[in-house]
Amino acid sequence: MKKLHFLEVEGNSKGFYTLIGSFGLISLIGVLAAYYMEHHGHYVTGMSNQVVWGTPHVFAIFLIVAASGALNVASISSVFAKTAYKPLARLSGMLAMALLAGGLVVLLLDLGRPDRLIVAMTKFNFVSIFTWNIFLYTGFMGIVAVYLWTMMDRPYNNLTKKAGMGAFIWRLVLTTGTGSIFGFLISREAYDTALLAPMFIIMSFSFGLAFFMLVLMASYKYTDRPLGDYIINRLKNLLGVFVAAVMYFVIVYHITNLYSADHRGVSAFILADGGIYTFLFWVVQIGLGTLLPLLLLYGPTGKNRTMIGLASALIIIGGLAQLYIIIIGGQAYPMVMFPGMEVSSSFYDGVVASYTPSLPEVLLGLGGVGVTLLLVTISVAALKFLPVSLADDVANPHAK
Amino acid sequence: MTSKIEKEDLSRRNFIFGSIAAAGLTVAPGVMLYQTANARDLSKPASSKVRWGMLIDTARDVDWNKCVEACVKEHGLGNEEHSRVDQRTQYIRVVEVKNKSTGYSMSLPVMCQHCEQPPCVDVCPTGASMKREDGIVLVDRHRCIGCRYCMMACPYKARSFVHEVLTNQDETTPRGKGCVESCNMCVNRVDNGQLPACVEASEGAIVFGDLNDPESEISRLLAKHGSKQIRADLKLNPGVHYQGI
Ligand code: SF4
Ligand code: SF4
Repeated sequence: MKKLHFLEVEGNSKGFYTLIGSFGLISLIGVLAAYYMEHHGHYVTGMSNQVVWGTPHVFAIFLIVAASGALNVASISSVFAKTAYKPLARLSGMLAMALLAGGLVVLLLDLGRPDRLIVAMTKFNFVSIFTWNIFLYTGFMGIVAVYLWTMMDRPYNNLTKKAGMGAFIWRLVLTTGTGSIFGFLISREAYDTALLAPMFIIMSFSFGLAFFMLVLMASYKYTDRPLGDYIINRLKNLLGVFVAAVMYFVIVYHITNLYSADHRGVSAFILADGGIYTFLFWVVQIGLGTLLPLLLLYGPTGKNRTMIGLASALIIIGGLAQLYIIIIGGQAYPMVMFPGMEVSSSFYDGVVASYTPSLPEVLLGLGGVGVTLLLVTISVAALKFLPVSLADDVANPHAK
Repeated sequence: MTSKIEKEDLSRRNFIFGSIAAAGLTVAPGVMLYQTANARDLSKPASSKVRWGMLIDTARDVDWNKCVEACVKEHGLGNEEHSRVDQRTQYIRVVEVKNKSTGYSMSLPVMCQHCEQPPCVDVCPTGASMKREDGIVLVDRHRCIGCRYCMMACPYKARSFVHEVLTNQDETTPRGKGCVESCNMCVNRVDNGQLPACVEASEGAIVFGDLNDPESEISRLLAKHGSKQIRADLKLNPGVHYQGI
């Protein structure tokens, strides 16, 4: 194995400025969309008193979940001592921070009163899982930053393993915390299950790695740096395993629901008569987001970079659909106040709530992705995150 | 920043401990006269000796919409100009319940159930959602950041989010864009020794009183006839009880 050499990406090129400009613009549009919603109030959105968390939450939670998953590659290298992943550990840590930042921006800007951020940061109710999440998120930023430092500053290299272990444990807790936001909602059928927290962890593996692969392949292509098959093959095989694992959890989730009289309704809703949610489930989450990527990754196209990229993109789209079903479908499905009875009221009791995402909501969500990509682009140019070469003779620890 | 927070704290305290006293001047004359003998000493926090509750007799033939109207009037609701119907605030609503197999149907008013173990308070990150010592659950609208987690957590869909800028507000019920609100058991009236607006409009079908006082009318009725709570299986012990459901 040749010696690994990290170098900043050339920041003084046309391509680089184009990227910065585009991602900056997407972020800016997101912020403006948020301003528009705050200025008028949420009546300009598709959200209502029935569906209180809309499309921005889908993006925010996707990014936060993916953040902890993006750290996987680094964890495998430092915690499980797999040298093959070592060259990618820096990118993995940095991407995790960027994804979390993007997600938090969306979460914050969708608050009814984002101007009261100071209240959220000073008045805590320690019974609330939300409060714990605020600490988990800030802690994650800190611990990953330290971890990156130990990797990038030679005298501290010997601390990498410890820092990596800390970050690894922290991220598992963080995703459990994110999943628990829903787990605590006892009154809503869709969320009333212990499966949600572990399912979020495995979802984070899959979404985070898909995002990581896209960023990795794109940045090596853009900078004309060599990226060998060895590393890509390992990553895509791992990605396939994660995708299959998510599917396994989804199956278990619905089977347990269908076997319990209290929860049969919500699964029947998603699987059979939920309209848009049923479509999203079978066509987007399962078809496009699970089966097709598995085929692309393990089938005859498994060596084709474009197809691997496509598979990663599809996994991300499937993941967004999955969160849309969980978050919005879970709210649209009527809450049971009088079991076994038919109910109706002026407040939409007993009926499936309608929700149509509005443009500003979507733009705010995409803005969060823009913030993430902007941060990634700036970071790879500012610091030594990417190895000059990841050709097989460098990346493969068994190469001569 | 500090001064802003202090100001907020002050307004919060006033809200809890009853700046509402001043509002007594603004409500209709005559209303003040009602039950003033039991008014709470507003210089002191609400007492934990009391637990306010309601008993709703659904078998009584009353038009529950009158209660809804009284609530809307009391709190100055219904002043949204832009919000869609599904975005407008409702503190109390009439729910029709029908048994599919027998065809039996009834209607009952549902508002915040003032849970003893309120999930909305548990999940609120800032403590804006709170339960007073006397059992009344409400939102401190100066502390609410509008995350809407409490709306996700409430099993009774009792809460509404203010989707637009509101003008023409009722002074006794501070409301604001971007914050969550819900039935506050008419704290402003209760602290003045009056009955909540819906109770007053219910022609006696809703009994309001202190659940902790065995001598109160509500306690005696509960002891004699028993009651049901909606989704009692969740063990939140709501302060709102029902008969005939
Ligand atoms: S009914 Fe809902 S809003 Fe009222 S106290 Fe219970 S959980 Fe909170
Ligand atoms: S919306 Fe307001 S009251 Fe409700 S949980 Fe959030 S901060 Fe608390």
